[in-house]
Amino acid sequence: MNDEPIIPGPARPLKPHRLLKFLRQEILPTAFCPGCGCGTVLNSFAQAVEELSIDPKDMVFVTGIGCSSWIPSPYFKGDTLHTTHGRPIAFATGVKIMRPDLKVVVIAGDGDIAGIGGNHLVHAARRNIDITVLMVNNWNYGMTGGQVSPATPFGVPTTTTPYDNPEHPLEAAELVAAAGANYVSRWTTYHVFPLMESIQKALEIEGFSFIEILSQCPVSYGKMVDMRRASDFLKFYRDQSVRVHKAKEMSAEELEGKIVVGKLVERQRSEFVTSLRRINERFREG
Amino acid sequence: MMTQRQSRLSGFDNRTLFLLGDEAAAYGALYAGCDFFAGYPITPASEIAEVMSRELPRVDGYYVQMEDEIASLSAVIGAVWAGAKAMTATSGPGFSLMQENIGYAIMTETPCVIIDVQRSGPSTGQATKPAQGDVLQARWGTHGDHEIIALAPSSVQECFELTVESFNLAEKYRIPVILLMDGEIGHLRESITFPAYEDVAREERRLAEPEVESFGGEDVPPMSHFGEGRFIHVTGSTHKASGMRDVSTQAVHEDLVTRLCRKIVDACAEISSVEEDFVDGAKIGVLAYGATARPARGAVLEARRAGCAVDFLRLITIWPFPEEAVKRLADRVDTILVPEMNLGQIAREVERFTAAPVLPLSKIGGVPHTIDEILDAIRANGSGSGSTVGQRP
Ligand SMILES: Cc1ncc(C[n+]2csc(CCOP(=O)(O)OP(=O)(O)O)c2C)c(N)n1
Repeated sequence: MNDEPIIPGPARPLKPHRLLKFLRQEILPTAFCPGCGCGTVLNSFAQAVEELSIDPKDMVFVTGIGCSSWIPSPYFKGDTLHTTHGRPIAFATGVKIMRPDLKVVVIAGDGDIAGIGGNHLVHAARRNIDITVLMVNNWNYGMTGGQVSPATPFGVPTTTTPYDNPEHPLEAAELVAAAGANYVSRWTTYHVFPLMESIQKALEIEGFSFIEILSQCPVSYGKMVDMRRASDFLKFYRDQSVRVHKAKEMSAEELEGKIVVGKLVERQRSEFVTSLRRINERFREG
Repeated sequence: MMTQRQSRLSGFDNRTLFLLGDEAAAYGALYAGCDFFAGYPITPASEIAEVMSRELPRVDGYYVQMEDEIASLSAVIGAVWAGAKAMTATSGPGFSLMQENIGYAIMTETPCVIIDVQRSGPSTGQATKPAQGDVLQARWGTHGDHEIIALAPSSVQECFELTVESFNLAEKYRIPVILLMDGEIGHLRESITFPAYEDVAREERRLAEPEVESFGGEDVPPMSHFGEGRFIHVTGSTHKASGMRDVSTQAVHEDLVTRLCRKIVDACAEISSVEEDFVDGAKIGVLAYGATARPARGAVLEARRAGCAVDFLRLITIWPFPEEAVKRLADRVDTILVPEMNLGQIAREVERFTAAPVLPLSKIGGVPHTIDEILDAIRANGSGSGSTVGQRP
């Protein structure tokens, strides 16, 4: 295999980026569209892994089907289980039960995690299994070309809601918090530093940890709402975001259309695999 | 030093117990080395989950009840890549939900066992009644070109033995193996004699040496597990020998899918297991499998007692279809009678291998065939002509 990085760049080679070591460089550049938020999520995630000095050998990535699932698979150099659409959390459950020593990370889209896989999300949070889930919410089914998703805002046109979305979006982070996860936050690709910190926290915490990351899709989503540049989304995220503590003091009307960012939950409910494995100890001899 | 599993299971060594087929299958899994079970309750398969939930912690294994059957097979596949020998068990409605992930297990060459204790369908059908209506679903339920292995036990003893065999075949060929039980056998209680734990042959997983690729290079490549620093990439998308996705090169897809099929087709003779009981001068043969093989055998013995020479062929392997054995039978007799608890699914397959008339003796509605029903059909057709049964609806 060719180990040469094939990243197009200036004639004078740049010093390789310090986070490149985490990537399968032979398959770069990525297949993401221009302006896609997936690169920011990948960057933030790699940064968090670096900060925590996690050895990628101790991580397993489990992904679904969709653009967001490509963030770790194939780009992040780690053991990878690229599963069927909507099922990564269920696959990850089997991995984690057998190998609780490994950090199991799921990265996938809003359609995958909250739509077709919504049942697995709720029950993994209820079990409070020690898996980290990053749900990349680009408000649509990106990979299939911009159809409505369970996270698409009300009243917005998509390729399958040509007369504007008549459905209300799911607030996935609030749902997961209610279901029993130990850590839940929501950030956007505008908030890279808090996002990096939040990913670190999610990786460290024992139990189910979930971050909803609003991430721009200027191509599939943007084409329908005339937000064709990444900056259109970043400005929107900046202007419409409200921190959790501020949001608590706001009325429902004031919060209409806002993006509540920050930590929603951090707690220490007992973790599933630990409890499951404790049962076996009862039968251990000696 | 005895392992915990050994000391727990060797307590059963050579003992004869009175068990359900479901229970025997669960013990077969434990003897085969199963250390992970994920499932979702459904009649007539729930007893398998109940035994596994009780026994797995005693042999240092793990049981988890998932939110549905899609999740169950997902968790099984995840557990296998993390090092487990894993199984799930269900019945028709759950088996239908598993189809997409069965294809995933085929494509990623994930050894695992899926028990389908067949009940009367379609849909919720007669939920508590037996059937053999999923045999073609086991073959073709998931999309795309593929091969599969499926076995059908006819006794409680065989539920145990074929579950062990299912695990062994899964490891040997890196493929999901389907144990096609039926509600009749799953809920049948009869004597089973356990083997000595030591005497059970267990196929161990072949793991790749460093630098050896896990998705090509040989017809059945060695596996790798997570957590070994190999950075393996497992995907249901078309992939190269390295595991890396390549969904645009025609030859990569053709090579992969033909290899996945070839590894089973070429091993058909080795995988196939049948019970042949042929007699001189037979003009009619009875071909059966699973629960239906019991009254079928009874009818064959009665007919012989009455002076009618009848051949008997019981399929133990359903897929890959044991075509050589079927051809041998077809070469001997003028008529093949195929009693099944469906509307002729295997009869249709048998037709592909013989020019002689194949007479389905179908019975649905949750009531197994009686010996007399099959005997009457043998009598009516024993001369090799003048068929009175087997009209397809
Ligand atoms: C069972 C199944 N249904 C549908 C699809 C088609 N499909 C592929 S990706 C996708 C949507 C992905 O959207 P999302 O999960 O939000 O991820 P994104 O591409 O937006 O990052 C769909 C519907 C599929 N692969 N499998």
